Amino acid sequence: MSAPTDLRYTRDHEWVRVDGGEATVGITQYAADQLGDIVFVELPDEGRDLEEAKAFGVVESVKAVSDLFAPLTGTVTSTNDALAANPELVNSDPYGDGWMIKIRLSDTSEMDDLLDGPAYDDLVAAG
Amino acid sequence: MTDPEGAGTVIHETPLASRHEALGARMIDFAGWRMPVQYSSILEEHRCVRERAGLFDLSHMGELLVEGPDAGDALARALVTNPPALTVGRAHYSMICAPDGGILDDLIVYRLAADRFMVVANASNAQIVSDALAERLDGSRALLDDQSLATGLVAIQGPRSVEVLTPHTDVDLASLRYYGIADGQVAGIPAHVARTGYTGEDGFEVFVDTGRTGELWDTLLEAVRGVEGGPVGLGARDTLRLEAGMPLYGNELDTTTTPYDAGLGRVVKLDKGVDFVGRAALERAAADGPKRRLVGLTVEGRGIARHGYPVHSGDRRTGVVTSGTQSPTLGVPIAMAYVAPSDAEPGTMVDIEVRDTRVPARVVPLPFYRRSS
Repeated sequence: MSAPTDLRYTRDHEWVRVDGGEATVGITQYAADQLGDIVFVELPDEGRDLEEAKAFGVVESVKAVSDLFAPLTGTVTSTNDALAANPELVNSDPYGDGWMIKIRLSDTSEMDDLLDGPAYDDLVAAG
Repeated sequence: MTDPEGAGTVIHETPLASRHEALGARMIDFAGWRMPVQYSSILEEHRCVRERAGLFDLSHMGELLVEGPDAGDALARALVTNPPALTVGRAHYSMICAPDGGILDDLIVYRLAADRFMVVANASNAQIVSDALAERLDGSRALLDDQSLATGLVAIQGPRSVEVLTPHTDVDLASLRYYGIADGQVAGIPAHVARTGYTGEDGFEVFVDTGRTGELWDTLLEAVRGVEGGPVGLGARDTLRLEAGMPLYGNELDTTTTPYDAGLGRVVKLDKGVDFVGRAALERAAADGPKRRLVGLTVEGRGIARHGYPVHSGDRRTGVVTSGTQSPTLGVPIAMAYVAPSDAEPGTMVDIEVRDTRVPARVVPLPFYRRSS
């Protein structure tokens, strides 16, 4: 399955949707499938400053614990509270209701480091 | 370059490996075997076993036959239990310990005939147990026959197991009690059928010749499908056994742990009148009382406890989590942990160190889940 072409991706399997100076962040369908049934998502508080490529939270499946990495530097403006009660949204709708955080970006030029959809598909295909 | 992980490592395949792949299983290397960790979803497979019936490939486990006029007595000297006390067709949970009382493996011992026993060992320890038994049986009129690679093992577990298995076997399942074993046929294949398992549900373990494991699996998979059941991987096997409060070697049990630490002192038959390996150390451990105790924990804050996370009582570190997951049946995070005896009473509150925060958890009685029937 191809990654949506309107998003950008990290090599750690996060996706980013940029709208003006704000970015919405989640994990890809591939990442969610690899983790399996997601049962817990730990997200940062609003207002926290994130640094590109640093861990900002944790996603846990029945079996495994996996860090979430900030795709871009910025400040958390909101988090998806629905994931506390319904973490399975990350499996069922990773690019929609399973979103995780929104960030106000500090440096939009960091966008250049992210992958587009076809490049991300190549990354996944390469294993 | 050397390959420290892969050097000399042989990865075994069970006779069902190609079937698992055809079913879309995610395969992992486990204890030197390529095994299915999940087919669809761990949660779905877990529910399948709790509510209907699930099928497991356990062909990686070790089957060690001990035969001869002294077989029972030799096992009584080798293990902490007293196999001669078993009647033919019965089984018990056992352990093999080192001279210092540390657990080498936990086992099921089946008495197949007066002078014939089958010891089933964890895959990760099968060679260790085989070697230890060979040494401990030496000089007695008992022969060890390691049948691990010649034996296929398929388990059917869940409340509908009797209904699913009955049409495919000549074994009278109604008269086969928990921890009983009978010889017969399943799907036309000669088999040992045991009413044992590792899930907390009713169910059976079927031992057959490795060459016929595929036929057995195909018949039983179709049968469990008939009650909306399916294949179950090692992922759900772990969550099922954890809810049932059953220890896993490598997590709750290891060579630094005695049966008394693990709350399994009742398994050790100090009064069996036989000098067995580890006896002196275990007598001391029984007299001294455990320095730590295995407890159940339910997490009351946000976070999932995992193997290795520290456990605190106030400012004092009291122990460590041995296994933890989100309980599919209870819907809350559960864990087993070793803690100081003073913190082991049910109702005691402790803190689990989950990454950089402390999450409150309550000591609860084991098991977390007990089937109703």
